[in-house]
Amino acid sequence: MLLVPCPYCGPRPEVEFHCGGEAHIARPADPNALDDAQWAEYLFVRTSNKGVHAERWLHSHGCGRWFNALRNTVSDSFLASYEMGQPRPALPTEGGK
Amino acid sequence: MAQSNRLPSGGRIDRAKPLAFTFNGKSVDGFAGDTVASALLANGIRLVGRSFKYHRPRGILTHGSDEPNALLKVDRGPGRADPNNRATVIEAVGGLKLSSQNHWPSLEHDIGAVNDRLSPVLVAGFYYKTFMWPRSFWDKLYEPKIRAAAGLGVAPDVPDADRYVHRNAHCDVLVVGAGPAGLAAALAASENGRRVILADEQAEMGGSLLAERTATIDGVSAAQWVAHALTTLAGRANVTLLPRTTAFGYYNHNHVVLTERVTDHLERPDPKLPRERLWQVRPAEVVIATGAHERPLSFADNDRPGIMLAESVRTYINRYGVAPGRRIVFATNGASAYAAAADAKAAGLDVTIVDTRPESAIGPEKALAAGIEILAGHTVVGSTGGKGLTGLIVAPFTAGKGVGARRTLPCDCAGISGGWTPSVHLFSQSRGKLIFRADIDAFVPGISVQKERSAGACKGTYGLSAILAEGWAAGSGAAGADGSRLFAAAPATPTGFAPARVLPTDDDPKKVRAFLDFQNDVTAKDIRLAVREGFESVEHVKRYTTNGMASDQGKTSNMAALGLLSEILEKPIPQVGTTTFRPPYTPVTFGAIIGSARGQLFDPIRTAPLHEWAVEHGAKFENVSLWRRAWYFPKAGEDMHAAVARECKAVRESVGIFDASTLGKIEVKGPDAAEFLNRIYPNAWLKLEPGKCRYGLMLKEDGFIFDDGVVARLAPDLFHVTTTTGGAPRVLAHMEDYLQTEWPDLNVFATSTTEEWAVIALQGPKARDVLQPFVTGIDLAGEAFPHMAVRVGEICGVPTRLMRVSFTGEMGFEINVPADHARAVWEALYDYGQRFGITPYGTEAMHVLRAERGFIIVGQETDGTVTPEDLGLGGMVSKVKRDFVGKRSLARPDMALADRKQLVGLASLDGRTVLDEGAQIVADPAQAVPMTMLGHVTSSYLSPSLGHPIALALVAGGRTRMGETLHVTTPAGFTTVKVTAPVFVDPEGKRVNGVQTEGALHA
Repeated sequence: MLLVPCPYCGPRPEVEFHCGGEAHIARPADPNALDDAQWAEYLFVRTSNKGVHAERWLHSHGCGRWFNALRNTVSDSFLASYEMGQPRPALPTEGGK
Repeated sequence: MAQSNRLPSGGRIDRAKPLAFTFNGKSVDGFAGDTVASALLANGIRLVGRSFKYHRPRGILTHGSDEPNALLKVDRGPGRADPNNRATVIEAVGGLKLSSQNHWPSLEHDIGAVNDRLSPVLVAGFYYKTFMWPRSFWDKLYEPKIRAAAGLGVAPDVPDADRYVHRNAHCDVLVVGAGPAGLAAALAASENGRRVILADEQAEMGGSLLAERTATIDGVSAAQWVAHALTTLAGRANVTLLPRTTAFGYYNHNHVVLTERVTDHLERPDPKLPRERLWQVRPAEVVIATGAHERPLSFADNDRPGIMLAESVRTYINRYGVAPGRRIVFATNGASAYAAAADAKAAGLDVTIVDTRPESAIGPEKALAAGIEILAGHTVVGSTGGKGLTGLIVAPFTAGKGVGARRTLPCDCAGISGGWTPSVHLFSQSRGKLIFRADIDAFVPGISVQKERSAGACKGTYGLSAILAEGWAAGSGAAGADGSRLFAAAPATPTGFAPARVLPTDDDPKKVRAFLDFQNDVTAKDIRLAVREGFESVEHVKRYTTNGMASDQGKTSNMAALGLLSEILEKPIPQVGTTTFRPPYTPVTFGAIIGSARGQLFDPIRTAPLHEWAVEHGAKFENVSLWRRAWYFPKAGEDMHAAVARECKAVRESVGIFDASTLGKIEVKGPDAAEFLNRIYPNAWLKLEPGKCRYGLMLKEDGFIFDDGVVARLAPDLFHVTTTTGGAPRVLAHMEDYLQTEWPDLNVFATSTTEEWAVIALQGPKARDVLQPFVTGIDLAGEAFPHMAVRVGEICGVPTRLMRVSFTGEMGFEINVPADHARAVWEALYDYGQRFGITPYGTEAMHVLRAERGFIIVGQETDGTVTPEDLGLGGMVSKVKRDFVGKRSLARPDMALADRKQLVGLASLDGRTVLDEGAQIVADPAQAVPMTMLGHVTSSYLSPSLGHPIALALVAGGRTRMGETLHVTTPAGFTTVKVTAPVFVDPEGKRVNGVQTEGALHA
């Protein structure tokens, strides 16, 4: 079971969380301005990269707050967690083994 | 039974504490400190089981958790019997009832042994090749018969009487294994106050040191060193010692799971104690010190009772004071068996050594064998005896020159040793990469992935001094100290062996049955066959032959099979690879895994504040998501149909009372609350006046309906949102997601109030008459309190949020009261309502009433692909709002296709057939299969109000098919239906205003 670093509560076991998929996909300010393909891109298309991935997490059985985290999808190690609205942090130089 | 094989002295058993248990009904004597295996051997019992496939007689092979043969059923009393326990692990306790498995009629006379005669047929892959067809025979005949013929013990059929608990723990260093490496590691790690947990699977800590006769460490005997180490550790407040505790799984982020056997070793355990405790440990660092497993040798009939591992012979003698035999032949390809032979000799037993290595290759271990006959350069070609070993057949051999004359060495026990396999299971589970060391013919830990380190024999280090030093360094390093310490252990540990796969023989190798995997009855022949048939990957060979797939997970057999495979394929072992190690390390009881999550705690039931009233009034219940709800309230002699018909009639004609407390409730509050709801719901909210309610469908961003409910505006900045019973958590989560991540600028709080408010629904033409006397501060008159209004006031002196809403089509009120006061209000209404024939109704009547009126239920009329327009509710979707969740998706061309499935009603043409919910609908029942499905039935009931069946359905282009005849599947074939509007009672919606529409009702 993963230890997920909640920026508000500290590391807590995975069962307290819900993973909300890829982070930094903002809802378009004016959805009507998008054509169908662009809307479908926003709605359905996600990257599934091998390596460092920015994800949304909800500490649903804890503080109830959403946050973003960088996780290495190969090693499952968390490299950073940060509050919603903050930019994706620069990668630490090591640890993403 | 007399302990004929108990040595007169020695061992760590407590001879002052005798005990007795039974094995297959016969009494067996032992002492405290015995395992069941050591006690059975002490009583001269060698035959303890029948093998999995061939039903061959089997004895005890090992002295630990790697045992493949001696699997017994243990009976500790009613509800406390379970099969497949290893005799080498069960501690001997007075009163235990043990029995052997997989035989009929008895262990000695087993009919199934005929399989052994059929062994040329029952080879690897036999089932796959033989029981192929006819297909239908597999489920009914082949599988049950094969399962009955081959197998282990029988699963218990009564509930487990014991209790199991889970526990979480954190520590700085977890040390797994309390042999020499683990003890040294724990001593070093705990020196400076670090929190240390030391876990060991055995009853007594000390590992291999408990079976040392002559070894000394720093000048004291091994036993004294262990005692001193344990006293030191026990005296440190920062150390937790967990004997009888197996670390069986190593998961992500240094999550290690242990299972502790708490009471199995106690004759009369404190009933307050759980049987087992599952530890979920998150150590900062882990030291793996799990030792090594000895390998058997592979030769013909190497599985006779009496043949066991050489180190096991040594352990039974030194640790348990038991002679596994009087005449023992040690057969080996390496040094360690010489120590075993020396100890057997010292115990006064008759000992011979057979060594496959030539005289010249035998090292300093030869000195241990003073006075023992050594047959160097000899192979073992077979054994004699039936249900017990009587002799080992040996012959000289020279590499390249073949096998010489046979000779039988009479013996009642053989100690075999094929070298050692480090126990890398936990390391491998931690995703660490193994590397192969040719010098010790074994895989050892390579690159670590998690915060762990291995020490001692599990890392391929076999000399005692080196093991202790390595353990100390690992413990110190794990504690962040990086200290080192030297230990003086004497005499030097005899190490080294010449890898042997299958021993040379003068027999036809195709006929020799040399067992590799004792538990799954896999022979060297099976591996050769698998390769001949084209299986080359080690993972494929494993699955085809089942080698290593039994409950022992191949601890004694994997390397043998791998070595043989490498030899046959003529590929070095690293290229052949190794199979994956997966948890659990040893079998874990289901009880330990589920812990307290059984019975009422397996899937806890939520009950609403009026639940007890419903119980007292004879309600039948149904589960709705996590809730238990009153389903219907049968009177004496009524079945469900009659009760529901009576309940529906009461609501339509007078008044019914219903517990709607399970509805989800969310309080949405803040200056931007209206703006927030305006974005979340497809309809308009900004202009809804306080004091009014509005029904809302909630969409996801994909445009599909995912919940619905009535929302009441209590104040400009306060909304009381209701959701479906099952949808409350996901609706709140949906709102929170948008509030926190998309619109953090909105000043809104969303709070679950589901459990704060109980909801009493009063529905029917007389509802207002029942309610009137109890309400203060609210004018209930029609024009003052119209349909879809909400008022705040008091009922029976307690606060209420009173809504004039209807889910039945009748005039109705939903009375929100604080949960603690629900019963008092309900009883007051119920008592007063008697004069109107007030009738409590349950969820079934509620479903029927709403379906008659054409109201949908999310999850029944919707399935995650349904839009408001599909349900005929397109008018609720705002055309003027610039944006709301789901709006853009509703504009996709697919959402406007004419043949989308749309909600319609269906009337059975025969006027009787109640359709099955979920039944498929077609236009032409005579068309060829696969037929074109038009849709399915979503709700179906016999309508008490109308006296005939009604159904709702989603049908392609349904609204253009009004009056069409379609066909619906039933278990008896197709039935014919007519498409109607999806409203059956009061289509104009007059009854909610108290207008009676008698003509519309049958009753």
